[in-house]
Amino acid sequence: MPFSLLKYGLRSRHVPFRDIPPTPDLKRSYDVVIIGGGGHGLAAAYYLSNVHGIRNVAVLEKGYLAGGNTARNTTTIRSNYMTEESVRFYKEGVELFETMSRDLGFNVMFSQRGQLTLAHSEATLRSFHLRAEMGKHMGTRIEVVDVQTVKELCPHLNLDLGGQHEVMGGLWHADGGTARHDAMAWGYARHAGARGGEIHQRTEVTGFEQAGDRVTHVRTNRGTIAVGQVLQAVGGLNGQVAAMAGIRLPIRCFPLQAMVTQPLKPFLDILVSSANLHTYLVQSSRGEVVIGGGSDPYQLASTRSTLDQKEHLAEGALHLFPFLHKVKLLRQWAGITDMTPDYSPIMGASPLKNYWLDCGWGTWGFKATPVAGKRMAETIATGRVPDVLKPFDLSRFDSFALLNEMGATAASH
Amino acid sequence: MKLLTCPVNGPRNITEFQYLGPVRAADAEQPEQLIEALFYAENPLGVMREWWRHTPSNTVLIAERHTVSDQILATYLPNRKPA
Repeated sequence: MPFSLLKYGLRSRHVPFRDIPPTPDLKRSYDVVIIGGGGHGLAAAYYLSNVHGIRNVAVLEKGYLAGGNTARNTTTIRSNYMTEESVRFYKEGVELFETMSRDLGFNVMFSQRGQLTLAHSEATLRSFHLRAEMGKHMGTRIEVVDVQTVKELCPHLNLDLGGQHEVMGGLWHADGGTARHDAMAWGYARHAGARGGEIHQRTEVTGFEQAGDRVTHVRTNRGTIAVGQVLQAVGGLNGQVAAMAGIRLPIRCFPLQAMVTQPLKPFLDILVSSANLHTYLVQSSRGEVVIGGGSDPYQLASTRSTLDQKEHLAEGALHLFPFLHKVKLLRQWAGITDMTPDYSPIMGASPLKNYWLDCGWGTWGFKATPVAGKRMAETIATGRVPDVLKPFDLSRFDSFALLNEMGATAASH
Repeated sequence: MKLLTCPVNGPRNITEFQYLGPVRAADAEQPEQLIEALFYAENPLGVMREWWRHTPSNTVLIAERHTVSDQILATYLPNRKPA
Protein backbone atom coordinates (compact mmCIF):
# COMPACT_ATOMS: atom_id res chain seq x y z
CA MET A 1 0.00 0.00 0.00
CA PRO A 2 2.65 2.68 0.89
CA PHE A 3 4.55 2.11 -2.38
CA SER A 4 1.43 2.39 -4.51
CA LEU A 5 0.49 5.51 -2.59
CA LEU A 6 3.88 7.04 -3.42
CA LYS A 7 3.47 6.13 -7.09
CA TYR A 8 -0.01 7.65 -7.05
CA GLY A 9 1.30 10.82 -5.43
CA LEU A 10 4.18 11.29 -7.91
CA ARG A 11 2.22 10.57 -11.07
CA SER A 12 1.51 13.82 -12.86
CA ARG A 13 -1.45 12.75 -14.98
CA HIS A 14 -3.78 10.71 -12.85
CA VAL A 15 -7.00 9.63 -14.52
CA PRO A 16 -9.73 9.36 -11.90
CA PHE A 17 -11.55 6.03 -11.97
CA ARG A 18 -15.20 5.42 -11.40
CA ASP A 19 -15.89 3.31 -8.29
CA ILE A 20 -19.46 2.43 -9.12
CA PRO A 21 -19.97 0.93 -12.56
CA PRO A 22 -22.63 2.67 -14.68
CA THR A 23 -26.00 0.93 -15.10
CA PRO A 24 -26.12 -0.73 -18.55
CA ASP A 25 -29.21 -1.94 -20.41
CA LEU A 26 -30.60 -5.20 -19.04
CA LYS A 27 -29.62 -8.29 -20.98
CA ARG A 28 -32.24 -10.92 -21.78
CA SER A 29 -30.74 -13.48 -19.43
CA TYR A 30 -28.19 -13.92 -16.66
CA ASP A 31 -26.62 -16.92 -15.02
CA VAL A 32 -27.18 -15.34 -11.62
CA VAL A 33 -29.48 -12.50 -10.62
CA ILE A 34 -28.84 -10.99 -7.21
CA ILE A 35 -31.80 -9.08 -5.81
CA GLY A 36 -30.54 -6.32 -3.55
CA GLY A 37 -27.54 -4.05 -4.21
CA GLY A 38 -26.48 -3.70 -0.61
CA GLY A 39 -23.29 -5.02 0.95
CA HIS A 40 -24.38 -8.66 0.98
CA GLY A 41 -25.52 -8.68 -2.66
CA LEU A 42 -22.42 -6.81 -3.88
CA ALA A 43 -20.10 -9.07 -1.89
CA ALA A 44 -21.77 -12.13 -3.41
CA ALA A 45 -21.36 -10.60 -6.90
CA TYR A 46 -17.69 -9.95 -6.15
CA TYR A 47 -17.01 -13.53 -5.02
CA LEU A 48 -19.02 -15.03 -7.89
CA SER A 49 -17.06 -13.11 -10.52
CA ASN A 50 -13.61 -12.96 -8.91
CA VAL A 51 -13.37 -16.34 -7.22
CA HIS A 52 -15.79 -18.66 -9.01
CA GLY A 53 -15.47 -17.19 -12.49
CA ILE A 54 -19.22 -16.66 -12.90
CA ARG A 55 -19.35 -13.35 -14.74
CA ASN A 56 -22.81 -13.22 -16.21
CA VAL A 57 -24.21 -11.74 -13.01
CA ALA A 58 -26.68 -8.90 -12.49
CA VAL A 59 -27.25 -7.13 -9.20
CA LEU A 60 -30.69 -5.48 -9.13
CA GLU A 61 -31.09 -2.57 -6.73
CA LYS A 62 -34.44 -0.84 -6.25
CA GLY A 63 -32.88 2.43 -5.08
CA TYR A 64 -29.26 3.44 -5.23
CA LEU A 65 -26.20 1.32 -4.54
CA ALA A 66 -25.84 0.34 -0.88
CA GLY A 67 -28.36 2.99 0.17
CA GLY A 68 -30.43 0.78 2.46
CA ASN A 69 -29.24 -0.86 5.64
CA THR A 70 -25.64 -0.91 4.37
CA ALA A 71 -25.67 2.87 4.71
CA ARG A 72 -27.67 2.86 7.94
CA ASN A 73 -25.87 0.49 10.28
CA THR A 74 -23.42 1.54 12.96
CA THR A 75 -20.47 -0.41 11.46
CA THR A 76 -19.77 -2.76 14.36
CA ILE A 77 -17.69 -5.84 13.53
CA ARG A 78 -17.39 -8.61 16.12
CA SER A 79 -17.69 -12.35 16.69
CA ASN A 80 -18.60 -12.53 20.39
CA TYR A 81 -21.67 -14.71 19.98
CA MET A 82 -23.06 -17.48 22.18
CA THR A 83 -23.51 -20.56 20.03
CA GLU A 84 -20.69 -22.47 18.38
CA GLU A 85 -22.39 -22.17 14.97
CA SER A 86 -22.58 -18.39 15.14
CA VAL A 87 -19.06 -17.85 16.54
CA ARG A 88 -17.58 -19.99 13.76
CA PHE A 89 -19.43 -18.00 11.09
CA TYR A 90 -18.77 -14.50 12.45
CA LYS A 91 -15.13 -15.28 13.22
CA GLU A 92 -14.63 -15.97 9.52
CA GLY A 93 -16.37 -12.64 8.86
CA VAL A 94 -13.98 -10.71 11.12
CA GLU A 95 -10.99 -12.39 9.45
CA LEU A 96 -12.23 -11.28 6.02
CA PHE A 97 -12.43 -7.69 7.28
CA GLU A 98 -8.81 -7.95 8.46
CA THR A 99 -7.59 -8.41 4.88
CA MET A 100 -10.35 -6.55 3.04
CA SER A 101 -8.47 -3.31 2.27
CA ARG A 102 -5.61 -5.33 0.78
CA ASP A 103 -7.89 -7.77 -1.07
CA LEU A 104 -9.94 -5.00 -2.65
CA GLY A 105 -7.13 -2.46 -3.09
CA PHE A 106 -9.57 -0.10 -1.48
CA ASN A 107 -9.18 1.44 1.96
CA VAL A 108 -12.21 0.34 4.00
CA MET A 109 -10.72 1.96 7.11
CA PHE A 110 -10.91 -1.22 9.16
CA SER A 111 -10.07 -0.33 12.73
CA GLN A 112 -9.74 -3.32 15.03
CA ARG A 113 -9.88 -1.49 18.31
CA GLY A 114 -11.82 -3.99 20.41
CA GLN A 115 -15.31 -4.06 21.86
CA LEU A 116 -16.16 -3.83 25.55
CA THR A 117 -19.60 -4.95 26.72
CA LEU A 118 -20.40 -3.85 30.26
CA ALA A 119 -21.89 -6.08 32.94
CA HIS A 120 -24.07 -4.33 35.49
CA SER A 121 -25.01 -7.47 37.40
CA GLU A 122 -23.62 -10.83 38.52
CA ALA A 123 -26.09 -12.56 36.21
CA THR A 124 -24.71 -10.71 33.18
CA LEU A 125 -21.17 -11.58 34.23
CA ARG A 126 -22.08 -15.26 34.35
CA SER A 127 -23.52 -15.10 30.83
CA PHE A 128 -20.32 -13.31 29.72
CA HIS A 129 -18.23 -16.20 31.07
CA LEU A 130 -20.28 -18.53 28.91
CA ARG A 131 -19.69 -16.40 25.82
CA ALA A 132 -15.98 -15.95 26.60
CA GLU A 133 -15.41 -19.69 27.03
CA MET A 134 -17.24 -20.46 23.79
CA GLY A 135 -15.27 -17.76 21.98
CA LYS A 136 -11.91 -19.01 23.32
CA HIS A 137 -12.83 -22.56 22.39
CA MET A 138 -13.44 -21.36 18.83
CA GLY A 139 -10.21 -19.31 18.77
CA THR A 140 -11.41 -15.71 19.03
CA ARG A 141 -9.78 -13.17 21.31
CA ILE A 142 -12.31 -12.70 24.08
CA GLU A 143 -12.22 -12.59 27.88
CA VAL A 144 -14.15 -11.48 30.95
CA VAL A 145 -12.44 -8.52 32.60
CA ASP A 146 -12.77 -6.91 36.05
CA VAL A 147 -13.62 -3.30 36.90
CA GLN A 148 -9.96 -2.26 37.06
CA THR A 149 -9.39 -3.47 33.50
CA VAL A 150 -12.59 -1.75 32.35
CA LYS A 151 -11.17 1.46 33.79
CA GLU A 152 -7.90 0.99 31.94
CA LEU A 153 -9.63 0.17 28.66
CA CYS A 154 -12.01 3.11 28.90
CA PRO A 155 -10.71 5.74 31.34
CA HIS A 156 -13.55 8.22 30.77
CA LEU A 157 -16.34 5.79 31.55
CA ASN A 158 -18.68 6.49 34.47
CA LEU A 159 -18.50 3.29 36.54
CA ASP A 160 -21.40 4.39 38.78
CA LEU A 161 -19.93 2.46 41.71
CA GLY A 162 -22.74 1.54 44.06
CA GLY A 163 -25.32 3.14 41.80
CA GLN A 164 -28.19 1.86 39.73
CA HIS A 165 -26.05 0.76 36.79
CA GLU A 166 -22.85 -0.09 38.64
CA VAL A 167 -20.22 -1.54 36.30
CA MET A 168 -19.18 -4.91 37.73
CA GLY A 169 -16.95 -6.01 34.89
CA GLY A 170 -17.13 -6.56 31.19
CA LEU A 171 -16.63 -8.76 28.18
CA TRP A 172 -13.53 -7.64 26.27
CA HIS A 173 -13.48 -8.73 22.66
CA ALA A 174 -10.13 -7.64 21.23
CA ASP A 175 -11.07 -8.79 17.71
CA GLY A 176 -14.00 -6.35 17.50
CA GLY A 177 -13.79 -3.22 15.39
CA THR A 178 -15.38 -0.98 12.79
CA ALA A 179 -14.97 -0.34 9.06
CA ARG A 180 -16.24 2.22 6.58
CA HIS A 181 -19.49 0.70 5.30
CA ASP A 182 -19.69 2.78 2.09
CA ALA A 183 -16.10 2.02 1.14
CA MET A 184 -16.75 -1.69 1.54
CA ALA A 185 -19.75 -1.52 -0.80
CA TRP A 186 -17.89 0.59 -3.38
CA GLY A 187 -14.90 -1.74 -3.27
CA TYR A 188 -17.06 -4.80 -3.92
CA ALA A 189 -19.05 -3.00 -6.63
CA ARG A 190 -15.93 -1.85 -8.43
CA HIS A 191 -14.35 -5.30 -8.48
CA ALA A 192 -17.57 -7.09 -9.40
CA GLY A 193 -18.06 -4.59 -12.23
CA ALA A 194 -14.49 -5.00 -13.47
CA ARG A 195 -15.07 -8.75 -13.99
CA GLY A 196 -18.29 -8.42 -15.94
CA GLY A 197 -20.83 -8.21 -13.11
CA GLU A 198 -23.55 -5.67 -13.88
CA ILE A 199 -24.97 -3.42 -11.21
CA HIS A 200 -28.41 -2.13 -12.08
CA GLN A 201 -29.52 0.73 -9.87
CA ARG A 202 -33.14 1.93 -9.86
CA THR A 203 -34.20 -1.54 -10.93
CA GLU A 204 -37.04 -2.92 -8.86
CA VAL A 205 -38.17 -6.52 -8.91
CA THR A 206 -41.93 -6.66 -9.46
CA GLY A 207 -42.53 -10.40 -9.69
CA PHE A 208 -41.33 -13.84 -10.74
CA GLU A 209 -42.26 -16.40 -13.36
CA GLN A 210 -41.93 -19.98 -12.20
CA ALA A 211 -42.02 -23.41 -13.74
CA GLY A 212 -42.40 -26.20 -11.21
CA ASP A 213 -40.02 -25.54 -8.33
CA ARG A 214 -37.76 -23.17 -10.27
CA VAL A 215 -37.78 -19.47 -10.99
CA THR A 216 -37.42 -18.98 -14.74
CA HIS A 217 -37.78 -15.21 -15.09
CA VAL A 218 -37.48 -12.14 -12.89
CA ARG A 219 -39.83 -9.30 -13.77
CA THR A 220 -38.53 -5.80 -13.12
CA ASN A 221 -39.61 -2.24 -13.83
CA ARG A 222 -37.08 -2.29 -16.70
CA GLY A 223 -38.11 -5.55 -18.32
CA THR A 224 -38.15 -9.29 -17.75
CA ILE A 225 -34.95 -11.35 -17.42
CA ALA A 226 -34.44 -15.08 -17.81
CA VAL A 227 -32.38 -16.43 -14.90
CA GLY A 228 -30.27 -19.43 -14.03
CA GLN A 229 -30.17 -18.80 -10.31
CA VAL A 230 -31.44 -16.11 -7.98
CA LEU A 231 -30.03 -14.80 -4.70
CA GLN A 232 -32.27 -12.69 -2.52
CA ALA A 233 -30.62 -10.21 -0.11
CA VAL A 234 -32.91 -7.23 0.33
CA GLY A 235 -32.73 -6.24 4.00
CA GLY A 236 -36.01 -4.91 5.37
CA LEU A 237 -38.03 -6.07 2.34
CA ASN A 238 -37.03 -9.73 2.51
CA GLY A 239 -40.49 -10.85 3.63
CA GLN A 240 -42.21 -9.04 0.74
CA VAL A 241 -39.79 -10.15 -2.02
CA ALA A 242 -39.86 -13.77 -0.83
CA ALA A 243 -43.66 -13.64 -0.81
CA MET A 244 -43.59 -12.70 -4.52
CA ALA A 245 -41.70 -15.97 -5.08
CA GLY A 246 -44.27 -17.82 -2.98
CA ILE A 247 -41.93 -18.28 -0.01
CA ARG A 248 -43.02 -17.45 3.53
CA LEU A 249 -40.32 -16.22 5.89
CA PRO A 250 -40.43 -16.12 9.70
CA ILE A 251 -39.64 -12.41 9.73
CA ARG A 252 -41.05 -9.35 11.49
CA CYS A 253 -39.83 -5.84 10.67
CA PHE A 254 -38.80 -3.26 13.24
CA PRO A 255 -37.08 0.11 12.76
CA LEU A 256 -33.63 0.49 14.31
CA GLN A 257 -32.59 4.04 15.08
CA ALA A 258 -29.16 5.53 15.61
CA MET A 259 -27.56 8.96 15.77
CA VAL A 260 -24.23 10.80 15.82
CA THR A 261 -23.02 13.81 17.75
CA GLN A 262 -20.96 16.72 16.50
CA PRO A 263 -17.25 15.83 16.12
CA LEU A 264 -15.21 15.81 19.34
CA LYS A 265 -11.55 15.33 20.10
CA PRO A 266 -10.69 11.63 20.35
CA PHE A 267 -11.57 10.28 23.80
CA LEU A 268 -12.94 6.82 23.05
CA ASP A 269 -10.69 4.38 21.21
CA ILE A 270 -12.79 1.23 21.75
CA LEU A 271 -16.41 0.23 21.15
CA VAL A 272 -18.49 0.34 24.34
CA SER A 273 -21.89 -1.23 24.80
CA SER A 274 -24.19 -1.79 27.72
CA ALA A 275 -26.96 -4.37 27.57
CA ASN A 276 -28.70 -2.88 30.62
CA LEU A 277 -28.85 0.61 29.14
CA HIS A 278 -29.59 -0.70 25.61
CA THR A 279 -26.96 1.69 24.31
CA TYR A 280 -23.65 1.39 22.53
CA LEU A 281 -21.13 4.03 21.55
CA VAL A 282 -18.18 4.31 19.24
CA GLN A 283 -16.21 7.36 18.16
CA SER A 284 -15.77 7.59 14.41
CA SER A 285 -12.51 8.58 12.73
CA ARG A 286 -14.10 12.01 12.18
CA GLY A 287 -14.60 12.37 15.92
CA GLU A 288 -18.38 11.99 15.90
CA VAL A 289 -19.79 9.78 18.61
CA VAL A 290 -22.05 7.17 17.01
CA ILE A 291 -24.81 6.07 19.40
CA GLY A 292 -26.97 3.03 18.76
CA GLY A 293 -29.32 0.85 20.76
CA GLY A 294 -32.20 -1.59 20.52
CA SER A 295 -34.96 -1.59 17.92
CA ASP A 296 -38.30 0.16 18.22
CA PRO A 297 -40.84 -1.54 20.50
CA TYR A 298 -43.39 -2.35 17.79
CA GLN A 299 -43.47 -3.57 14.19
CA LEU A 300 -43.13 -0.89 11.55
CA ALA A 301 -41.81 -0.56 8.00
CA SER A 302 -41.01 3.14 8.03
CA THR A 303 -37.70 4.85 8.71
CA ARG A 304 -39.18 7.76 10.62
CA SER A 305 -37.57 9.13 13.74
CA THR A 306 -39.11 9.11 17.20
CA LEU A 307 -38.27 11.35 20.12
CA ASP A 308 -38.58 8.63 22.75
CA GLN A 309 -35.92 6.41 21.14
CA LYS A 310 -33.60 9.41 20.79
CA GLU A 311 -34.14 10.33 24.43
CA HIS A 312 -33.50 6.75 25.43
CA LEU A 313 -30.20 6.61 23.50
CA ALA A 314 -29.15 10.01 24.86
CA GLU A 315 -29.94 8.88 28.40
CA GLY A 316 -27.81 5.77 28.03
CA ALA A 317 -24.95 7.72 26.48
CA LEU A 318 -25.06 10.35 29.23
CA HIS A 319 -25.09 7.70 31.90
CA LEU A 320 -21.89 6.16 30.55
CA PHE A 321 -20.23 9.47 29.64
CA PRO A 322 -21.86 12.31 31.64
CA PHE A 323 -19.52 14.92 30.13
CA LEU A 324 -21.37 14.57 26.79
CA HIS A 325 -24.33 16.51 28.22
CA LYS A 326 -23.82 19.67 26.16
CA VAL A 327 -22.80 17.94 22.96
CA LYS A 328 -25.14 18.49 20.04
CA LEU A 329 -26.62 15.80 17.85
CA LEU A 330 -25.54 16.16 14.26
CA ARG A 331 -27.87 13.72 12.53
CA GLN A 332 -30.05 10.68 13.12
CA TRP A 333 -31.52 7.93 10.97
CA ALA A 334 -33.29 4.60 11.04
CA GLY A 335 -33.18 1.38 9.08
CA ILE A 336 -35.71 -1.44 8.80
CA THR A 337 -34.49 -4.67 10.34
CA ASP A 338 -35.87 -8.09 9.41
CA MET A 339 -35.96 -9.95 12.71
CA THR A 340 -36.20 -13.73 12.94
CA PRO A 341 -37.60 -15.55 15.99
CA ASP A 342 -34.14 -16.78 17.07
CA TYR A 343 -32.14 -13.60 16.29
CA SER A 344 -30.09 -15.46 13.70
CA PRO A 345 -30.05 -15.04 9.93
CA ILE A 346 -31.55 -17.32 7.30
CA MET A 347 -29.00 -18.42 4.69
CA GLY A 348 -28.98 -21.11 2.09
CA ALA A 349 -31.70 -23.04 0.28
CA SER A 350 -35.33 -22.05 -0.15
CA PRO A 351 -38.28 -24.24 -1.15
CA LEU A 352 -37.40 -23.33 -4.78
CA LYS A 353 -34.50 -25.19 -6.41
CA ASN A 354 -32.64 -22.20 -7.89
CA TYR A 355 -33.63 -19.51 -5.40
CA TRP A 356 -31.21 -18.83 -2.55
CA LEU A 357 -31.83 -16.83 0.61
CA ASP A 358 -29.56 -14.42 2.49
CA CYS A 359 -31.98 -12.71 4.84
CA GLY A 360 -33.22 -12.29 8.40
CA TRP A 361 -30.21 -10.16 9.24
CA GLY A 362 -32.10 -8.03 11.73
CA THR A 363 -29.74 -5.73 13.56
CA TRP A 364 -26.53 -7.70 12.97
CA GLY A 365 -25.98 -7.84 9.20
CA PHE A 366 -23.07 -5.48 8.54
CA LYS A 367 -20.39 -7.57 10.25
CA ALA A 368 -21.40 -10.58 8.17
CA THR A 369 -21.20 -8.84 4.79
CA PRO A 370 -17.95 -10.38 3.50
CA VAL A 371 -18.53 -13.87 4.89
CA ALA A 372 -22.17 -14.02 3.82
CA GLY A 373 -21.18 -12.86 0.32
CA LYS A 374 -18.33 -15.35 0.15
CA ARG A 375 -20.33 -18.32 1.39
CA MET A 376 -23.50 -17.53 -0.57
CA ALA A 377 -21.40 -17.21 -3.74
CA GLU A 378 -19.87 -20.60 -2.96
CA THR A 379 -23.37 -22.03 -2.45
CA ILE A 380 -24.58 -20.70 -5.80
CA ALA A 381 -21.44 -21.69 -7.69
CA THR A 382 -21.31 -25.26 -6.37
CA GLY A 383 -25.03 -25.81 -5.78
CA ARG A 384 -24.14 -27.11 -2.33
CA VAL A 385 -24.65 -25.35 1.01
CA PRO A 386 -21.30 -25.28 2.89
CA ASP A 387 -21.21 -26.70 6.41
CA VAL A 388 -20.69 -23.29 8.01
CA LEU A 389 -24.08 -22.14 6.63
CA LYS A 390 -26.08 -25.30 7.36
CA PRO A 391 -27.21 -24.27 10.86
CA PHE A 392 -28.80 -21.14 9.36
CA ASP A 393 -31.13 -22.99 7.00
CA LEU A 394 -34.76 -21.89 6.77
CA SER A 395 -35.87 -25.43 7.65
CA ARG A 396 -34.56 -25.05 11.21
CA PHE A 397 -37.90 -23.54 12.22
CA ASP A 398 -39.78 -26.65 11.05
CA SER A 399 -37.48 -28.92 13.05
CA PHE A 400 -37.20 -26.68 16.16
CA ALA A 401 -33.39 -26.50 15.68
CA LEU A 402 -33.22 -22.82 16.58
CA LEU A 403 -30.04 -20.84 17.31
CA ASN A 404 -30.92 -18.48 20.10
CA GLU A 405 -28.67 -15.42 19.89
CA MET A 406 -30.97 -12.91 21.54
CA GLY A 407 -28.52 -12.15 24.35
CA ALA A 408 -25.62 -11.70 21.92
CA THR A 409 -27.06 -8.83 19.90
CA ALA A 410 -25.16 -5.60 20.54
CA ALA A 411 -28.05 -4.25 22.59
CA SER A 412 -30.62 -6.88 23.45
CA HIS A 413 -34.09 -6.30 22.09
CA MET B 1 -45.94 12.45 22.04
CA LYS B 2 -47.81 9.72 20.17
CA LEU B 3 -51.27 8.86 21.43
CA LEU B 4 -53.07 5.56 21.52
CA THR B 5 -56.70 5.40 22.62
CA CYS B 6 -57.45 2.88 25.33
CA PRO B 7 -61.08 1.73 24.96
CA VAL B 8 -61.50 2.03 28.75
CA ASN B 9 -59.33 5.03 29.66
CA GLY B 10 -59.34 7.16 26.52
CA PRO B 11 -56.36 8.69 24.67
CA ARG B 12 -53.03 8.13 26.47
CA ASN B 13 -49.35 8.54 25.74
CA ILE B 14 -48.19 5.47 23.81
CA THR B 15 -45.42 4.98 26.39
CA GLU B 16 -48.18 3.79 28.77
CA PHE B 17 -48.78 0.81 26.49
CA GLN B 18 -47.00 -2.45 25.91
CA TYR B 19 -46.93 -4.00 22.44
CA LEU B 20 -47.89 -7.67 22.52
CA GLY B 21 -47.54 -8.49 18.82
CA PRO B 22 -49.88 -9.15 15.92
CA VAL B 23 -53.21 -10.95 16.26
CA ARG B 24 -52.33 -14.34 14.86
CA ALA B 25 -54.33 -16.17 12.23
CA ALA B 26 -52.73 -19.49 13.15
CA ASP B 27 -53.91 -21.38 16.21
CA ALA B 28 -51.15 -22.72 18.48
CA GLU B 29 -53.56 -25.35 19.84
CA GLN B 30 -53.83 -27.01 16.42
CA PRO B 31 -50.80 -29.28 15.86
CA GLU B 32 -50.68 -28.59 12.12
CA GLN B 33 -50.63 -24.86 12.78
CA LEU B 34 -48.18 -24.88 15.70
CA ILE B 35 -45.01 -23.95 13.77
CA GLU B 36 -46.85 -21.26 11.91
CA ALA B 37 -48.24 -19.85 15.17
CA LEU B 38 -44.82 -19.93 16.87
CA PHE B 39 -42.54 -18.58 14.16
CA TYR B 40 -44.43 -17.18 11.19
CA ALA B 41 -45.92 -13.99 12.60
CA GLU B 42 -47.93 -11.53 10.56
CA ASN B 43 -45.72 -8.87 8.99
CA PRO B 44 -47.75 -7.01 6.35
CA LEU B 45 -47.03 -3.72 4.64
CA GLY B 46 -50.42 -2.31 5.49
CA VAL B 47 -53.08 -2.48 8.17
CA MET B 48 -52.33 -5.00 10.90
CA ARG B 49 -54.46 -6.07 13.86
CA GLU B 50 -52.33 -6.29 16.98
CA TRP B 51 -52.49 -6.82 20.71
CA TRP B 52 -51.60 -3.99 23.09
CA ARG B 53 -51.84 -3.63 26.87
CA HIS B 54 -52.49 -0.40 28.74
CA THR B 55 -50.10 -1.12 31.61
CA PRO B 56 -51.48 1.14 34.40
CA SER B 57 -54.97 -0.37 34.13
CA ASN B 58 -53.96 -3.77 32.72
CA THR B 59 -56.43 -3.35 29.85
CA VAL B 60 -55.66 -5.67 26.94
CA LEU B 61 -56.93 -4.30 23.65
CA ILE B 62 -56.69 -4.67 19.90
CA ALA B 63 -55.41 -1.88 17.68
CA GLU B 64 -55.62 -1.64 13.91
CA ARG B 65 -52.49 0.14 12.75
CA HIS B 66 -50.90 0.78 9.37
CA THR B 67 -47.34 -0.57 9.41
CA VAL B 68 -46.02 1.91 6.86
CA SER B 69 -47.67 5.18 7.92
CA ASP B 70 -47.81 4.17 11.63
CA GLN B 71 -51.35 5.58 11.73
CA ILE B 72 -53.64 3.97 14.32
CA LEU B 73 -57.03 3.45 12.68
CA ALA B 74 -59.06 1.89 15.53
CA THR B 75 -58.73 0.47 19.01
CA TYR B 76 -61.26 -1.75 20.74
CA LEU B 77 -61.63 -4.46 23.38
CA PRO B 78 -60.96 -7.97 22.00
CA ASN B 79 -64.56 -9.13 21.85
CA ARG B 80 -66.15 -5.81 20.99
CA LYS B 81 -65.13 -4.92 17.48
CA PRO B 82 -67.14 -1.87 16.40
CA ALA B 83 -69.39 -2.38 13.39
